[in-house]
Amino acid sequence: MQAEAALGRVALWFVVLVLSVILAGTARDTGFAAHATILGILAFVMIWVTASRFDPLGKAQGFFKMPEGPSRYDDDPVRWGVLATMFWALVGLLAGVFIASQLAFPQLNIEPYFNFGRVRPLHTSAVIFAFGGNILIASSFYVVQRTCRAQLAFPALARFVFWGYQLFIVLAASGYLFGVTQSREYAEPEWYVDLWLTIVWVAYLIVFVGTLARRKEPHIYVANWFYLSFIITIAMLHIVNNLAVPVAWNGSLSFSAFAGVQDALTQWWYGHNAVAFFLTVPFLAMMYYFVPKQAERPVYSYRLSIIHFWSLIFLYIWAGPHHLHYTALPDWAQTLGMVFSVILWMPSWGGMINGLMTLNGAWDKVRTDPIIRMMVMAMAFYGMATFEGPMLSIKAVNSLSHYTDWTVGHVHSGALGWNGLISFAAVYFLVPRLWKRERMYSLRMINWHFWFATLGIVFYAASMWVAGITQGLMWREYGPDGYLVNSFAETVAALHELYIIRALGGVMYLSGAIIMGYNVWMTIGGRLREEKPMGAMPAYDPDKDRPIAGSASPEPAE
Amino acid sequence: MGLATQHKKLEKNINLLAIFSFIAVSIGGIVEIAPLFWIDNTIEEVEGMRPYTPLEQAGRNIYVREGCYACHSQMIRPFRDEVERYGHYSLAAESMYDHPFQWGSKRTGPDLARVGGRYSDEWHVQHLEDPQSVVPESIMPKYSFLGETPLNTDNAFDMLVALRRVGVPYSDRDIGEAMADMILQADPDSGGDVEDFQQRYPKAQVRDFDGDPSKLTEMDALVAYLQMLGTLVDVDSAAAQERLAEEKGR
Repeated sequence: MQAEAALGRVALWFVVLVLSVILAGTARDTGFAAHATILGILAFVMIWVTASRFDPLGKAQGFFKMPEGPSRYDDDPVRWGVLATMFWALVGLLAGVFIASQLAFPQLNIEPYFNFGRVRPLHTSAVIFAFGGNILIASSFYVVQRTCRAQLAFPALARFVFWGYQLFIVLAASGYLFGVTQSREYAEPEWYVDLWLTIVWVAYLIVFVGTLARRKEPHIYVANWFYLSFIITIAMLHIVNNLAVPVAWNGSLSFSAFAGVQDALTQWWYGHNAVAFFLTVPFLAMMYYFVPKQAERPVYSYRLSIIHFWSLIFLYIWAGPHHLHYTALPDWAQTLGMVFSVILWMPSWGGMINGLMTLNGAWDKVRTDPIIRMMVMAMAFYGMATFEGPMLSIKAVNSLSHYTDWTVGHVHSGALGWNGLISFAAVYFLVPRLWKRERMYSLRMINWHFWFATLGIVFYAASMWVAGITQGLMWREYGPDGYLVNSFAETVAALHELYIIRALGGVMYLSGAIIMGYNVWMTIGGRLREEKPMGAMPAYDPDKDRPIAGSASPEPAE
Repeated sequence: MGLATQHKKLEKNINLLAIFSFIAVSIGGIVEIAPLFWIDNTIEEVEGMRPYTPLEQAGRNIYVREGCYACHSQMIRPFRDEVERYGHYSLAAESMYDHPFQWGSKRTGPDLARVGGRYSDEWHVQHLEDPQSVVPESIMPKYSFLGETPLNTDNAFDMLVALRRVGVPYSDRDIGEAMADMILQADPDSGGDVEDFQQRYPKAQVRDFDGDPSKLTEMDALVAYLQMLGTLVDVDSAAAQERLAEEKGR
């Protein structure tokens, strides 16, 4: 680094440091002060780093054995993204297991910082935005380069997107523990963290569109339609839903621009489309790239992909009100939300069919290739969750399921089954290619991961279905005397065993992810595990291919 | 192959693809959300609704901070069992000053929309300090630190100013008196004018809430908030019933 450039950067970071000290000193609440302190520490570290001309990324890149030199594609942000994905997956799943255990054993709450109400958004944000967000950013940077046959546009900005997004995650996650939250489900970060994410997100859009503009292929590949609409729509949802007036410029507290009914519908317009445009649309983009690649088959139907893309993004936006059935939201909006949610079943299954049918002629790989097996299971869970969703959005069903654990079970069969498994499959696809390895360290470990994850989901979803229906029925149970049978406390006690089973399901799913972490670690380290190939047929042995002759001691039959 | 040929235009042009995607995702929100701001019967006016007192709002901020919505709803649905368990179903107007709304989506614990006045202050304090001591089956975390944390009253003025900016009709006087009101509501002996306060905030409950008159704590604020939930609108009074019968929106 040039001395002048280094000096300039030191000065810049020094300004940030001074600012953060002022912010921390004048902050009105500890949460905001803590955030300013984090920023200050970061600035201090950067001053030190820049001043001593110590190149931490270079060292870290050596540590993580990142291939050097000008490769054909700019994959460094992708490699960092994959590592971040692994890290946040473990953090998010661990937080999930922790809060699931708190519901079974309330003694595990440690007030105030580790009470359920504060850790729960940490779990949801860590898995959705940290784990999910990182694999989406990483995979989109990987896919858009390959499908456009062009290098990433604005490489510096792409690095800013990655690190800026990590800062967003750290601020959001630490904020919840300090009590810095808007308590708007899945939009908990406070106003200044939201502003920061907006900046990062616009940079993301610029890098992505810039790369599309540099493409050497005339057509924009279908995966990129999904990524593009994901980036645009999330920007729209994020900005509108987080409109708020802060109480003070140096405090974390803010009040949402809308109140009551309007606030509720805006929030669930956002909330449901976080599911749609964060957890569905871009994951379908991953499906459209990684499934054909891994199966070495073309996408089943081009026309189906056009129809289901446009109908999916058009219809999903309407579905938000199904989170507000029988509330004070006007009836017409509830009905509209229900109707569109039911129609949504079709384009959702259009996507699943297009993915599954891509395996036509390659179905044998489900037996021999654990990554394909994981992808197939992911698409199966996608199909199941997108059937269950429309069903739960029917008002009569919703009157039972709403406010219960049935919703939680539904969300997790989608999140663990579809988002989790397709992301894991993508990581297994990416790691050997990004680190120039022949294959993953162990394919058999992928298989173990697959079974741990699948069984974990079954335990999780089944226990939550039973818990939800049990609770819903107990709430509305009348005795022959015409009075309610159960007190609320009795309906809580009835779920204890089911909450334990759910936590066990979570532990299994986490165990699978830990196996994956080890596998990825060893692969990056350049190791190959010696193991029996998956699904290999035993070699032909002519000696064994004969009838048993006479009364000689027979060999065991093959 | 009309569709596929037509679509090739979109596939080859980023701007077109982006614009069409944006139009496709905008329509639903515009059709569903925008009318809520100008259709009159979205929120039927009811008597009794008023903005939160500074102390209640401070309690509400604590409710928001602790993420209570993750387990408690504040939205009673119009079903026989819910109405018998929790009280009259919730009206849109009852959350008209809620920034943000806290209707919730999960009932790991019971609905709180009308919890006000159902339990004594002492019950709430003991329940928050150690939920299992009053409800053995409860899986709620302990919130005993609230009783030890002094309430931040410095924010009162700015808090009401910010709320007025987002549409809550606080008067200049309400805003000017914000900090004094906050202290007064939990300590009627502090020397303020209780009558004037209750005129500006009808039905406001004025007393020490946390059982320790010597200090103003977050426990005071949260209990004050819980004790007023659902108490403003007298839904069972004849006048209210009549108004409800005239409702057209639901």
